[in-house]
Amino acid sequence: MKRLGAGSRHRIGLTLNGREAGGWAEPRMLLSDFLRHALGATGTHVGCEHGVCGACTVRLDGAPVRACLTLAVQADGRRVDTVEGLAPEGELNDLQKAFRRHHALQCGFCTPGILMSLDAWLDGRPAPDEGEIRELLSGHLCRCTGYGGIVAAALEAARAARAGDVGEDD
Amino acid sequence: MKPAPFDYLRADDEEEAVAALAEAGDDARLLAGGQTLMPMLNMRLVEPAVLIDISRLPGRAGIEDDGTLIEVGAAATQASLEAWPPLSARAPLLARALPLIGHVQTRSRGTVCGSIAFADPSAELSLCLATLGGEVVLRSRAGTRTLPAAAFQTGMLSTACRADEMVAAVRFPAAEPGAGYAFTEFARRHGDFAIVAVAAIAQENGIRIGVGGACERPVVQDWPPLAGSALDDALDALAWSLDAADDHHASARYRRELVRGLGKRAVQAAQETRP
Repeated sequence: MKRLGAGSRHRIGLTLNGREAGGWAEPRMLLSDFLRHALGATGTHVGCEHGVCGACTVRLDGAPVRACLTLAVQADGRRVDTVEGLAPEGELNDLQKAFRRHHALQCGFCTPGILMSLDAWLDGRPAPDEGEIRELLSGHLCRCTGYGGIVAAALEAARAARAGDVGEDD
Repeated sequence: MKPAPFDYLRADDEEEAVAALAEAGDDARLLAGGQTLMPMLNMRLVEPAVLIDISRLPGRAGIEDDGTLIEVGAAATQASLEAWPPLSARAPLLARALPLIGHVQTRSRGTVCGSIAFADPSAELSLCLATLGGEVVLRSRAGTRTLPAAAFQTGMLSTACRADEMVAAVRFPAAEPGAGYAFTEFARRHGDFAIVAVAAIAQENGIRIGVGGACERPVVQDWPPLAGSALDDALDALAWSLDAADDHHASARYRRELVRGLGKRAVQAAQETRP
């Protein structure tokens, strides 16, 4: 059994966006704070800190999860993907480009979480319908743009991915 | 919005988890998916001295079907049950209820056993377990005992689980041939806890109806086959029999009306889905 004392900091190692990363955390440190403060990955935003708003959504071993409802120590040895990983060379990926085209963000605070949910979700679903996307987005709160543009961007990104698959066969 | 300090223990097996629990007693909390416990920790509604992480217990992450009962282990997430290939054939009630629980982003970590252990009066899984007549496997250092759902959930957020016990697994009876299943609920927003939820099982010789959210814990009744005004009357009697409460979400009267409306919809849907 692994026992980590309350008062001390412990070494946490994980794979962040494909690269080994590490830092120190008390047991009570949230993954959201660990990413931002210990690893400097401030793309992950912190909104409500009780799992409602979805701004801190990241991928943990591929699955979309709330970083504010996960302890840093629970991510030890695992794979974490954040919004920074969507554009590793600084060039937006297709989903992000679609967001820009459809004005799917305004202040952008909720955007990293929504992108990570969609990134995870579109992985396994090449042809989602609008209802499914809206259901997925029910796990996120956007208070300025509204969801119309976000839905349109997600549908376009899925279409583009399908067209890309066909293109490879040609 | 940060948890108070605690010692963190990651149990490598169930023996370690229950030994740690016996040692720490009331000062400990078990952490499985954390989708309820973590917000409570963040808001400091609970301040345990020790957190025992059971989210990676080997042998308890799976779903096993022995032909009569479907056993879901303490570490199995709601998402893994939702993705279990035989779900809609073997547990149609769960297949209908699971998409209504929280969101994709919380079901990915939230566990089935954790939801039942927390015993929220509106929890979909507690209602399914009660309506299906399932059971809860409790493990302590002293041994293992199994309780029927009705004996497990004793009230609002309270269960028969002792401080030194963990919910090691829950068992849902598998679908019965010739039965139809339906689940319906009303919530303010998709993914919220239901104000009222109704589960219904229709068979040739009777109806079973379960109501959640209206009072402290799920209420289950068995009826003969009913339709039309006889069904309306039974639902009305059920609605009045519940100790429905007012709160900031809805009045007791509103909840009774939801029992009548959702109840009719659920019973009819269950009857229509009978194979």
